[in-house]
Amino acid sequence: MTITDGLVPKTAANDGPAALSVKDLEMAYIVRGEPRAVLRGVTFDVRPGEAYGLVGESGCGKSTTAYAALRYLPSNGRITAGKISSGGRDLTSMGKKELQEFRATEASMVYQDPVQAVNPVLKIGRQVAESFQLLGNVSKSESYDLAEQALVRVQIAAPKSVMERYPHQLSGGMLQRVVIAMALASDPQLLVLDEPTTGLDATVESEVLDLVRHLRDETGAAILLIAHNLGVIRTMCDRVGVMYAGRIVEEGTVDEVFDQPSHPYTKGLLNSIPRHGLTKTDRELFSIPGTLPQIGTSLPTCVYVDRCPIVTDKCHSEAPPVVGKGFTHWTRCHHDDRIDEVPEPADTEAIDNVVDTEVIGVDGVSKTFRQRGGDVPALVSINLGFGVGETLGLVGESGSGKSTLAKTMLGVHEPDVGGAITLRGRPMATKATSRNEESIRSIQMVFQNPDSALNRSWTVRRILIRAVEKLTGVSGEEANERAVEVAKAMQLSERHLDMRPRQLSGGLKQRVAIARAFAGDPDVVVCDEPTSALDVSVQAAILNLLASLQRDVKTSYLFISHDIGVVRYLADRIAVMYVGRIVELATTEQVFAGPVHPYTEALLSAVPNVDGEASNRIPLDGDIPSPANPPSGCVFHTRCHKFVDGLCDVTEPELKDFGDGHMIKCHLEREQLLIITPKEKAGI
Amino acid sequence: MLKFITTRVLLSFLTLLIILAVVTLIPNVAPGDPARRIAGPTASFERLAAVRESLGLDDSIPEQLATSFTSLFTADFGTTFNDSSVTVSELIRAALWNSSKLVLLSLLLMLPLSILGGVVAAYKKDSLLDRIIVNVGVALSSVPDFVGGVLFLALFAVPFSFFRVTAAAPEGSGIFTQARFLLLPALTVTMVYFGYIARVTRASTISALESDFARTAFMKGMSTRTVFTKHVLRNSLLPTVAVVGTQLGFMFGGLVGLELIFNYPGLGRLILTAVVDADYPILRGGVVTVAIIYMVATLAADLVIAWMNPRARLALTE
Repeated sequence: MTITDGLVPKTAANDGPAALSVKDLEMAYIVRGEPRAVLRGVTFDVRPGEAYGLVGESGCGKSTTAYAALRYLPSNGRITAGKISSGGRDLTSMGKKELQEFRATEASMVYQDPVQAVNPVLKIGRQVAESFQLLGNVSKSESYDLAEQALVRVQIAAPKSVMERYPHQLSGGMLQRVVIAMALASDPQLLVLDEPTTGLDATVESEVLDLVRHLRDETGAAILLIAHNLGVIRTMCDRVGVMYAGRIVEEGTVDEVFDQPSHPYTKGLLNSIPRHGLTKTDRELFSIPGTLPQIGTSLPTCVYVDRCPIVTDKCHSEAPPVVGKGFTHWTRCHHDDRIDEVPEPADTEAIDNVVDTEVIGVDGVSKTFRQRGGDVPALVSINLGFGVGETLGLVGESGSGKSTLAKTMLGVHEPDVGGAITLRGRPMATKATSRNEESIRSIQMVFQNPDSALNRSWTVRRILIRAVEKLTGVSGEEANERAVEVAKAMQLSERHLDMRPRQLSGGLKQRVAIARAFAGDPDVVVCDEPTSALDVSVQAAILNLLASLQRDVKTSYLFISHDIGVVRYLADRIAVMYVGRIVELATTEQVFAGPVHPYTEALLSAVPNVDGEASNRIPLDGDIPSPANPPSGCVFHTRCHKFVDGLCDVTEPELKDFGDGHMIKCHLEREQLLIITPKEKAGI
Repeated sequence: MLKFITTRVLLSFLTLLIILAVVTLIPNVAPGDPARRIAGPTASFERLAAVRESLGLDDSIPEQLATSFTSLFTADFGTTFNDSSVTVSELIRAALWNSSKLVLLSLLLMLPLSILGGVVAAYKKDSLLDRIIVNVGVALSSVPDFVGGVLFLALFAVPFSFFRVTAAAPEGSGIFTQARFLLLPALTVTMVYFGYIARVTRASTISALESDFARTAFMKGMSTRTVFTKHVLRNSLLPTVAVVGTQLGFMFGGLVGLELIFNYPGLGRLILTAVVDADYPILRGGVVTVAIIYMVATLAADLVIAWMNPRARLALTE
């Protein structure tokens, strides 16, 4: 497939061979002796100094492509056709020694999970120094000096002490910097990043991305970035390839692809994420019907044919051509001219759903964990109320106390004496085990990972019947009928009822988990990151489901998420937590209209925006303080860009009303909060 | 660290007391009368009573326990029933020394062989060599040590005079001669344990080799060999250390069959003889000795693991 060559502009940067060139790459996994196709002719170039992104749902082959770029194949992986080359050298035919040298000096990789990517039993210094030793011509002591400089380069504040530490003593963000330092040891021509910020907090994510951007300018390395987060790709890359079922279906600059998608799949992906400030009262999210074909499926024509909304007979009989849409933009579709026919999601009836009556209240709840070496105040005087049918979004970095609050509401943790969780104004027992049936029924939870939340040896039917029996007291045939009814409401079909969790996809499993929570008609459902393990299209379906359930049965949600876009879509009000305290509580419109707490401002600015709107990044230095040892005065003053010396570090501000019930815990006045003055950060 | 060790030692001590109590109480429920055996079948009742009195068999249960517990602190288990001029401590010391020699030689043979076997099998995973190592290991492990011992005797000691049918070298032999005499029983121990330890090593090596940090090392441009020596082994040998630690106690006290076949005066044989002769002081001393070895070995293994694993080590030192 050489058609793309003509479409690539010959710019100055294009002189000389590509930093990475993948041509018609086909790969297969050998499963029980049979080759199963995983890449079906992947072609793209990453030019020197360019950042190229690959997006797509999990299982589309993007990580396989990334590893193939350094010729790291799983033990059952085979390259069946095509060519990979870097700087004019053919990787597919390289010998062992040559490949080692290539990896040591010319190409490097940064991985998804930095905690696993470093050796747990070796000190950081030794592991970084090792990368320099592999370059040759470096003595041991020199390599340690170089390692120290490398850590300075990735903006680690105390490199000497970090070198003396073991991986488990560092945070995920810190370890990712260490991994990047190792990757840059050889000043590589090519840097491959495989989901480098997945699993990191949004604030840490944006810091790591800033660092990569900065280092890219400094080193001029070509970058291949794999991410499922479209915002990350948009803010980081020059060009992007959209992958589906082992083939790139659309390619172009990020602006072209994200603003004028020309392939039905790209359009579907983009419609499935809440963009441009979309909320649940505007319209539903688009969820691509069906699922990704399994690896090895025979797809002789268009790979997207089974899920495409504008499919015709031609798509079934003929492989689509590569259609140029512009100088750099092409799509692989028969019907790119009919792209506007891809249906937009349905508008939702705008009904004012929230009723002011409080169902569940959190009144002055504190939670102090007693440990050796002192008390840890994990929650400090939390006051919250849930209206009927309301969604309260709860945001904050890891360690801010979001999950502790959820668990305290559910009675897993007992709040300190003096606080109470109330149900329609009456306090509930603090421990779940001593709560009455009514209290237990009224508040239920949906967890992040449905795999560990569902009993894997039970059928879906048994899981649901058990929940019905436990929560409503009915049994026998009546319980079965109720279980079927609940499953139907979750758009699960009869046939799913007799399957076990492992036979279901991630999205279906999460539906079962939601069905379980809804079995007893709860008043409040606590959703702890319910979609963060799911692909965007599946996430869209789950969010649609949650929103429609809410419209129908007026359930309230406490929706915990690190994805601000998702929170904005679903939440009526937002609570921002920091070191066990609520620092802001306001309606979603108020939060996005401003003024907001400086912490909220930083959180919002950290979100990689898929719409390409430039955001004024406010960096958050360092890690979130430990609740065991909170800073004096305002807990946020150590990282605040609007910090007032002598005030913020002395007195803790009150949560006060900034108009229309917009509560902010800050000393500053409205006007001061409105000023946008990002703190300058050296080097970025 | 100190706290961890203190807690472990105190707990071990408690376990030891329980074991000792059980061993002490056995004679009260066991059939047979040691006094009758010592005094002979024709002894008078007066004579029997006197023997019983001198052996302390008439003491009340609390008195028996008190005597036992005291002996633990003084490390003095008295004299044997059979011969009042021989102290139990002397017998145990000699047997322990013999067992130590056998265990040491066995470890010297077994550890390098089985670890190497496991690592090679992991490196060549799913190859013919891997299958041979795993399957031969399983086959060998399923042969009881005394059967293996007899087999080795027939195969080696009978045709070659280099190997000896008895494991105990003549008094005053040099270290090499002693090792030569011990070679066959040590090989038998190696045979029994090879499959087990090789399999544990293989499994943990494979998981370390497939880990993300090994992938990082490969991506740094390291050769497979360096990845093994610098990154994989240190992580993959932890489970092996734990297994060897728990098996050490057994090797001291449990190789009864082997010691009998090779006519070797080790701890296992001593304890067996004590059971057969109803010589309770030896039984008590022997069981306590083996229990202590068990505890020391597992504690040592835990400490080695902690030393190899910074997370555990730092948790201990804090």
